Amino acid sequence: MPQMTIDGQKVEINGEKNILEVVRKAGIELPTFCYHSELSVYGACRMCAVETDKMGLVAACSTPPADGMVVHTNTQRTQRLRRMVIELLLANHHRDCTTCDKNGMCKLQSLAYQLGVRKVRFGERENLLPVDDENPSIIRDPNKCILCGDCVRVCSEIQGIGVLDFAGRGPNTVVSPAFGRKLSEVGCVNCGQCVAVCPTGALTGKSEVETVWKVLHDPSKTTIVQVAPAVRVALGEVFGRKPGAIETGRIVAALRRLGFKKVFDTVFGADLTAVEECDEFLCRLKTGGDLPQFTSCCPGWVKFMEQYYPDMLGNLSTCKSPQQMFGAVIKRLYAGEMGCSPEDIFVVSVMPCTAKKFEAKRSEFMTNGAPDVDAVLSTNELGLLMKQAGIVFDELEGEAFDQPFGLTTGAGVIFGVTGGVSEAVLRAAAASLGVDTGRVAFDEVRGFDGVREATVCLGDVTLRVAVVNGLANARRIVEALRRNDVSYDLVEVMACPGGCVGGGGQPYPNDVQARKARGKGLYLSDRMTQLRNPQENLAVQKVYERYLAGPGSELAHEFLHTTYGPRRRISGDIRINGVAPGALDVSVCVGTGCYLKGSYDVINTFMRLSDREDVAGRVNLKATFCLEHCDRGVSVKVGNRIMTGVTPENARRVFEEEIVPDLPR
Amino acid sequence: MLKSHHDLQALTADVRQALGQQKVRALVCAGTGCIANGSLRVYERLKELISARGILVDLDVACDACHPRHSHSSTVSPHAGGPTTPNAVGVATSGCHGFCQMGPLVRVEPRGILYVRVKPEDAEEIVDKTLIEGRVIERLLYRDPVTGRVTPTEESVPFYRRQVRVVLANCGRIDPEDIRESIASGGYHAIAKALEEMTPEEVIEIVSRSGLRGRGGAGFLTGRKWTFARAVKSAKKYVICNGDEGDPGAFMDRSVMEGDPHKVIEGLMIAAYAVGAGEGFIYVRAEYPVAVTRLRKAVEQAREHGLLGRDILGSSFSFDVTIKEGAGAFVCGEETALISSIQGKRGMPSPKPPYPAVSGLFGEPTVINNVETLANLPSIILKGPDWFKSYGTPDSAGTKTFALAGQVANTGLVEVPMGLPLRDLIFEIGGGIRSGKRFKAVQIGGPSGGCLGEGQLDVPMDYESLAKVGAMVGSGGMVVMDEDSCMVEVARFFMKFTQNESCGKCVPCREGTKQMLALLTKITAGKGTKEDLDLLEELALTVKDGALCGLGKTAPNPVLTTLKYFRDEYEAHVIERRCPAGVCKALQIYSIDPEKCRGCTLCARVCPVGAITGERARSHRIDPSKCIKCNACIEKCRFEAIRKG
Repeated sequence: MPQMTIDGQKVEINGEKNILEVVRKAGIELPTFCYHSELSVYGACRMCAVETDKMGLVAACSTPPADGMVVHTNTQRTQRLRRMVIELLLANHHRDCTTCDKNGMCKLQSLAYQLGVRKVRFGERENLLPVDDENPSIIRDPNKCILCGDCVRVCSEIQGIGVLDFAGRGPNTVVSPAFGRKLSEVGCVNCGQCVAVCPTGALTGKSEVETVWKVLHDPSKTTIVQVAPAVRVALGEVFGRKPGAIETGRIVAALRRLGFKKVFDTVFGADLTAVEECDEFLCRLKTGGDLPQFTSCCPGWVKFMEQYYPDMLGNLSTCKSPQQMFGAVIKRLYAGEMGCSPEDIFVVSVMPCTAKKFEAKRSEFMTNGAPDVDAVLSTNELGLLMKQAGIVFDELEGEAFDQPFGLTTGAGVIFGVTGGVSEAVLRAAAASLGVDTGRVAFDEVRGFDGVREATVCLGDVTLRVAVVNGLANARRIVEALRRNDVSYDLVEVMACPGGCVGGGGQPYPNDVQARKARGKGLYLSDRMTQLRNPQENLAVQKVYERYLAGPGSELAHEFLHTTYGPRRRISGDIRINGVAPGALDVSVCVGTGCYLKGSYDVINTFMRLSDREDVAGRVNLKATFCLEHCDRGVSVKVGNRIMTGVTPENARRVFEEEIVPDLPR
Repeated sequence: MLKSHHDLQALTADVRQALGQQKVRALVCAGTGCIANGSLRVYERLKELISARGILVDLDVACDACHPRHSHSSTVSPHAGGPTTPNAVGVATSGCHGFCQMGPLVRVEPRGILYVRVKPEDAEEIVDKTLIEGRVIERLLYRDPVTGRVTPTEESVPFYRRQVRVVLANCGRIDPEDIRESIASGGYHAIAKALEEMTPEEVIEIVSRSGLRGRGGAGFLTGRKWTFARAVKSAKKYVICNGDEGDPGAFMDRSVMEGDPHKVIEGLMIAAYAVGAGEGFIYVRAEYPVAVTRLRKAVEQAREHGLLGRDILGSSFSFDVTIKEGAGAFVCGEETALISSIQGKRGMPSPKPPYPAVSGLFGEPTVINNVETLANLPSIILKGPDWFKSYGTPDSAGTKTFALAGQVANTGLVEVPMGLPLRDLIFEIGGGIRSGKRFKAVQIGGPSGGCLGEGQLDVPMDYESLAKVGAMVGSGGMVVMDEDSCMVEVARFFMKFTQNESCGKCVPCREGTKQMLALLTKITAGKGTKEDLDLLEELALTVKDGALCGLGKTAPNPVLTTLKYFRDEYEAHVIERRCPAGVCKALQIYSIDPEKCRGCTLCARVCPVGAITGERARSHRIDPSKCIKCNACIEKCRFEAIRKG
């Protein structure tokens, strides 16, 4: 086997793609900002530089190892470079570390300490750019960005969306959504994978800790909290536990101490979802409905579908997610039983996810203007809440969830890991069809690969199932379905790699190893549960009996199902010729469809014509994104009127005949 | 359509014959510099006059070799005396002659008479006296500023005397927009020879033996680069011509693309044949509109003649070229960034390996050669590696073009054998420093190059020698500076350029250039300290060590070389708070010489901040703490009593 010498130590090379992997194998921790094994090699931070015998100083992340290579990781030159990189980054970094959300978890901070950078000999960052905090899930502070590009690559390579990219050059380089827009105005699905990889405080989850404190201190509110499955195997990490440690009991105890009146388990919602979704699935199979059925528990995936494949929304299960089913049950069905009116109840959910914050605010999940779930805390935020309350995690005694919504089955627990929803639905389907499979687990849908396919036989029904995690993989599968290259009955999609255990609200480091360990914890938890089929959940049965007249009923649809609609990928307009008060708004669509039909040329023609003396200052020309007449583009909105079928060729005539007569005098 | 080497030779003979009917031929320079000076108006006027005199001979040879030979004849305007008339005159625009300082230039063939700074008003005299009567107009000739003598022919002008023109051989001699002129001067004969007589391996062997090294900057052996790409097995390979010349003051590649585009295409074809590529790209900056137009035209003409396309000249070699305009980012000259840019992505370099020869454009093996490298190839194939090696030094064979700019008397484009001492280039060819000032420094290789001073003037210009003194051949930009230049300010200028042109990807380059610029600005603002000099040096060395691509690795060169060769100037700035060249405004102190001051009070009255005081008829004084260095007092003083420095 080929081998190389690292700091005098002989190390075998066993298929490692780069020197960095070999060095880490040798037990030496090379610092990096921009290297992630699951992303493409970027090679920009230069922190992992090593000195080689033949090639001089090279970046270990981007240099393949070679037999006989001699590498020194800690030389005067490598040290000088690493310290200088840190010092340079700090000079351009908004160093309000003590009040930063990432304080104590920031890689820049810890490496600066570790490498002994005690002084920044350069000036301070001069211009502070505005912080983008309008997105419900993610805050973007460009002043803390070190331009490592991790978010850019995770968004485009793993999630296949690419809402973030570099703009500007040299010292003006920034990571930004298109056209300098806010994250809330572009196709961001709020998955928070960018937050998970960001080494600094440039991308952080939007905290609702203060909102929750306010309610906890308000005696007039009945505070009800639900805890998602993936939280129980990750929260311990905030307090120094290993990923995957099951801390359900301590979490319940802590939430009670924090003052929540009822501590329930989202797993109840997951069981309910599994039963309802299974019913929907079997119904589609029976009646020839749209197949495959896509799962709908993941709000990132749902938004993705609404933005990119609105024509396939019919395939998306209409079932609400466990969080929202839970919220609906509590506020609209259970409130009365508690003797409360819904207005007095404040439902908090603790989620591994940043997108759940967005989901809770969707208009579909409002009843009389009030959300079914009032606030969403991430795992990290719950950890913070506990720390603020002075709760010593290690000293907590485990407690049990409140009833009735503390009753759960193993099927709902594994919702938190990729493949879990499919498995839960399969367990339910087997029971519904009265098939004895002789087993509980469906190992064929488990695993961490981005796409897994399985054919499952339930009696004489053969089901083709695909389990997908990571939206780039989802896009591939949807495209393959559209080309008829593949065909499935059920497709589970989780936006985050690994499923909810890898959600954007989970503790740092939120890497592959941590995700796998958390997933393992959930499967262990499933095995330890006595009930493993969602239909066996007594609370679920009771809800169906008491309020909903059984799965799939009209009432079940009213409370547990939702609707979807097409969604623009980018909102807002781009002004082209400045604002003239009182002028006529003319917006030309530059969405993909219209762009391909020449909308840029139309804009150019309008621009030239609107400079003309007789009309100058009377046209507010704007570019806009999708006027939703894609099939008939180029679309142009004049005042409140939408015109279609404009072409570069007829643009001049349209201007003269349709725009000029409408101009204000 | 040319279907064989024989067809090409037949066409060559025809065009040469047709050209031969032009007894006299005026070539008006249509390089960007001369165009800016109005050369196209000169051309139009000449053409108009020659037509009016009825002596114009158009080169209009039917170029399809399958046409009967007799159709290849010159047509002469109806009033002319026929092709045999002794006055048959041709007029054409040409590419850059190189002597941009003296443009617009007109060259009269066959005698090689060179007229400089020609205006449209001169056209009539040129037509009547020179083209018709064969007399030389002395006032339009170049006059040597040193000897005062006029030089009748281009070749006798000192600017040209020491030059050896291989790459630029046709620049200024042919009409770049007419493929027939290129063919007549030997264009496409090299690829024809290669296709007919050589295997790709033999082509690589010849290029390897010639010792040709990349002219884009790094000087990598072209033959070796090709060997790597040849060895990679792939159904698809690409060749790319790197025409993204972006150094301030450099215009070598532009001149070649404008003046002899077919040579570039032919070079690219040879490269493609050698490595086994079927598709090529010429990446040229959009800021070079003339080059873009001419290249497009050239590609079109080459296609029409069957020199691009399927089964070229009856061989099994098929190849075509796409012209790709770059948006003008300096970093896109870096090969991996260039590839990104062609692919429609942000122009950012990526780490190497993988090298483009293994995984380049669209992930396929790709060879990228610079314009000048490619333009050397046809001659190497036709004349052989030994001929090429007869120029230059053993390790740096051949010639190199340089763009002379700055305070040198003769700015322009030159081509000299490698290894020529800097001194000869600047003082003989360049004619020394303009307006009799003293030479101070020369910046070679653009913003990635180094600043050399008096002490390095005898360094031979080859890859190794220049690298040894901290500069580089680079693409060949050369900015000459005189005693009025402040070297700290020069370093700051180049750093500002690289800072703005950094792609922003790697930390050392993005943040390092920013902080180097900040330090240099601080020093020129008179606020620098000795510690700043140490920090600047440490930072420069670290950036050189750690940056991702060539741009970043070489960005500190102007700083490091000026620190090395002009350290005293830096020290004067930070210790004595003085700018020896008097350039840095913040370090200038205005004072009044009491001997010269007559107390006229003019300065005190003009001073906008009341920094000058003094009684009438008594000498005045400037309060340096109030003075804003606006220069108003100096301009007003009639007795030269106010100094700065």
